[in-house]
Amino acid sequence: MSWVTTTLSSSLGRKVVMSLTGLFLCSFLIVHLVGNLQLFKGDEGQSFNEYSYFMTHNPVIKTISYLLYTSIIVHAVMALVLTRHNQASRPVKYAYQKPEANSHWTSRNMGILGTIILIFIVIHMRTFWYTMHFGPVVLNGETVTAGSIPEVTYDGEPIKNLYAVTTFAFSYLWYVVLYVVSMVALSFHLVHGFQSGFQTLGLRHKKYSPLIEFLGTYGFGVVIPALFAAMPVFIYLKVHHILF
Amino acid sequence: MNIALKVWRQKNSQTPGKMVDYKLSDVSPDMSFLEMFDVLNEELSHKGEEPVAFDHDCREGICGMCSMYINGRPHGPETGTTTCQLHMRSFNDGDTIVVEPWRARAFPVIKDLVVDREAFDRIIQAGGYVSVNTGSAPDANDILIPREIADEAMDAAQCIGCGACVAACKNASAMLFTAAKISQLAVLPQGHAEHQLRAERMVAQMDAEGFGACSFTGACSVECPKSISLDHIARLNREYLGAKLASNNA
Repeated sequence: MSWVTTTLSSSLGRKVVMSLTGLFLCSFLIVHLVGNLQLFKGDEGQSFNEYSYFMTHNPVIKTISYLLYTSIIVHAVMALVLTRHNQASRPVKYAYQKPEANSHWTSRNMGILGTIILIFIVIHMRTFWYTMHFGPVVLNGETVTAGSIPEVTYDGEPIKNLYAVTTFAFSYLWYVVLYVVSMVALSFHLVHGFQSGFQTLGLRHKKYSPLIEFLGTYGFGVVIPALFAAMPVFIYLKVHHILF
Repeated sequence: MNIALKVWRQKNSQTPGKMVDYKLSDVSPDMSFLEMFDVLNEELSHKGEEPVAFDHDCREGICGMCSMYINGRPHGPETGTTTCQLHMRSFNDGDTIVVEPWRARAFPVIKDLVVDREAFDRIIQAGGYVSVNTGSAPDANDILIPREIADEAMDAAQCIGCGACVAACKNASAMLFTAAKISQLAVLPQGHAEHQLRAERMVAQMDAEGFGACSFTGACSVECPKSISLDHIARLNREYLGAKLASNNA
């Protein structure tokens, strides 16, 4: 075996793959969040639609998006490989265990949290990514548009109206609840995952580790999932004229 | 004190084991946990039953032989102690105490509570040493080592190789042990010379023994009788990655 395959098949190398893909996905979350904040603008979705047009037509973004899809798959597959290996490392289980005495629940259940997030990503991409790319829009067995995604015209340029798809999807309460629950799972996943990613790379130092811990706990663990969760809630309230 | 015990009994590695209930009365709160087991074994011997086999040696917390998984935690409920330093005053009268051996694929049960920890020895044999003849002790201040570095090496060198880290880890990972053994040498000039090859070989051996990967739960460090820090695991990751990327070894 070459040194590359030896490294990547070692337990440490596999964790490095988890770390690099995970941290890359974290960086994606920031970009995704900033873009989606356009949903909060009171311009009937014009900035959001222009942003989604840019994201689906810019060649650099498109290239990075393939790296993103690959990262999600590699992160999930490698997690499965590691989990199986880790489970095999203790064939006879303890009769009585008290894990809460020495570690946090999140750190021991990254696989469960990750599975919830993966299921969420599949549903999320079916609703928005697939619709944006391939239309027509069918939600809840009801055809919204027969041919393709509705279009909207700004300055004489017709572009796909993803905002309409978004507001339609989030007009359903169960769909909003699904998003909020998934964001809670994301929060717990990142509280442990972000810091853990740096530990795996050996980046631990009294000078910068407190910052990584702070960012992982409050930035990726609280602010980012909370803002993502606020979007479906905001749109639901807006569509049903509950608060706005 | 009256104590109820649920102890793992297993004749040998080939026979399946089971939990067996025992009752002990008049247990002194000043007894160590191992002394309590001595009393139990005495009673079992008088009754003509097979005493419970368990590992122990120095009984002062420095040898790393004792190894019981007590009430769901390695070395019992106290932090920074080995089983021999655990006293019955840490329990209440009438308590039921569950005692199991370390559970890991790399630590097969030999008998009752005794497990085979030779996997650790083989990790050390793979590179946990300095392979030059060091001769007699050098003159003082001959090799200058800053105080913080010496302390850092000493923190890692405190590892007694008991295996509590493996026992505590949900993945039965030996990362804290291997990290301590790599760290204690890597930060000092004598050990630094071979640091790349050492990291590569010891990690390869650790994987070959069938230990799990690190999930950074921190359980190992909490349960370690010497409270060895997770900083050493970060150093192991750095050492290994650095060696893989930059060493001339195949």
